[in-house]
Amino acid sequence: MKLTNQELNILAILDENHSVSPKSIAMQLETTEENVNKLIKKLEEEKIIVSYPTLINWNKIEGKETIVAMIDVKVTPQRGVGFNEVAEQIYRYPEVSSLYLMSGTYDLSVTIEGKSMKDIALFVSNKLATIENVVSTTSHFMLKKYKHDGVIMEGNEDKDRRMVVSP
Amino acid sequence: MSIDYQQYLSTTAMGLEPSGIRKFFDLAASMEDVISLGVGEPDFTTPWNIREFAIDALRDGHTSYTANAGLLELREEISKYLQRRFQVEYQPEDQVIVTVGASQSLDLAFRTILNPGDEVLIIEPAFVSYTALVTMAGGVPIRVETSAENGFKVTPEQLEEVITDKTKAILLCSPNNPTGTSLNKDELTAIAAVVEKHDLLVVSDEIYAELTYDQEFTSFASIPGMYERTILINGFSKGFAMTGWRLGFIAAPQELISIMIKIYQFTTMCAPTMLQMGAIEALRNSSEQVEKMRQHYWRRRNFIVQSLNEIGLECHTPGGAFYVFPSIKKSGLTSEEFAQGLLEEEKVAVVPGNAFGASGEGYIRCSYATSIEQIEIAMNRIGRYMESLVRSKNTAMEKVK
Repeated sequence: MKLTNQELNILAILDENHSVSPKSIAMQLETTEENVNKLIKKLEEEKIIVSYPTLINWNKIEGKETIVAMIDVKVTPQRGVGFNEVAEQIYRYPEVSSLYLMSGTYDLSVTIEGKSMKDIALFVSNKLATIENVVSTTSHFMLKKYKHDGVIMEGNEDKDRRMVVSP
Repeated sequence: MSIDYQQYLSTTAMGLEPSGIRKFFDLAASMEDVISLGVGEPDFTTPWNIREFAIDALRDGHTSYTANAGLLELREEISKYLQRRFQVEYQPEDQVIVTVGASQSLDLAFRTILNPGDEVLIIEPAFVSYTALVTMAGGVPIRVETSAENGFKVTPEQLEEVITDKTKAILLCSPNNPTGTSLNKDELTAIAAVVEKHDLLVVSDEIYAELTYDQEFTSFASIPGMYERTILINGFSKGFAMTGWRLGFIAAPQELISIMIKIYQFTTMCAPTMLQMGAIEALRNSSEQVEKMRQHYWRRRNFIVQSLNEIGLECHTPGGAFYVFPSIKKSGLTSEEFAQGLLEEEKVAVVPGNAFGASGEGYIRCSYATSIEQIEIAMNRIGRYMESLVRSKNTAMEKVK
């Protein structure tokens, strides 16, 4: 579907920071708060804005550290439904934080979050691998998150190095 | 033995007024947790592809001089860029010089065209260096004061009033620092008629050309009849977020460039080689990122103009650059008093308008080259500061009663 410039601008602002107030958006785009609210509602209804997640670096909090693994899954597709049925069986588990159908040497890319490596290993051997039509799994544990969804987790890139006043 | 150094100093150098910004910088720099709207440069870091190109150039050993005018490859890109973006044609071989910042381009222009006593019209409020650059080149800066009533735009009548037989050139800066004012094609055409009539040159500082919001930017050189009379100055600092690279360029008729290049070869030799390589990449592959930054500035401008007007600091909507120039006359304070009080009480740094010429008195320059979150906090603080000023004014008045 085609969007207007104003709608695209609203998305650009929310894409960077979803907690910006409708009033601020209205001021930035020279329109009314009412109009912004209306357009956001429309974008939500169209499922263009799907949700407003907050990016939290859990690993900075003691006792809240999480382990993330990306698992390559090979699947035998089924007549009529292809990969969809297996995918559905996988994404229903709350441990699964994302699931993509891939081109290449494997079929599904599953991201799992758990409290420990044991958690994840158990999930893969007891749940994922036992699903009918799953042929094989290869697990990769994530060691460090440098950048996530376009955001650099830690680093100096955004440090303001400018002099406080300049001509 | 104590030496009296005064006797050695040049009267021209001694006579230069120190920049009004300096004093303010020292004060702001000594404080912590200041939100600064006083910065005259982008808050973005140079796009990575440009930085990477310069790093590669250094790694590959590009450490020798280039031609005085700069790498031909870069001048070719500049020529294409000027054609593509502003529809003006300059030959890369003999009409373009790459300089150390646009400031050096200005210096080069004035040294090339001014004889002692020649007058240059400077439209104020203006960038702090202009009058000094004219003076150092032996010229006489003539101030033309604009006002908020017509959005700080200079009119042909104002120019006519001050033109004498000694007038050699007009220095134009659109979009303007500090007012953000942009002159459109019609307004430039009206100025062109005056230029033609009095047989003048125009030094056109177009460093903020990429940061134009409401209409297409018009280069003065593209106005009919003005190409021959324009010394066009632009650079990478603002639009490409490359201030610290110190890279600018000058484009002009060949007859002027050939004299400039002599001066340039004796004073500077050439701009840094590896940085020139980075600039090639900037012109080839960063238009998307430049546009993205422009969008950010545009949204911030809309936000800050409305916020200031809501606070009661009247402010026109500037067409370009990243500055707004609101009136603080309602506070009853001078620009310097206002800015100092704001810094001390609310830790927000702005630049007093009089730093840019007498006609800037009663105004402050707020730069919106900072994140929208910071701008929002700064606006809240300025609002609170204004309220406290009004309150103390009211109590003072009651006491008098």
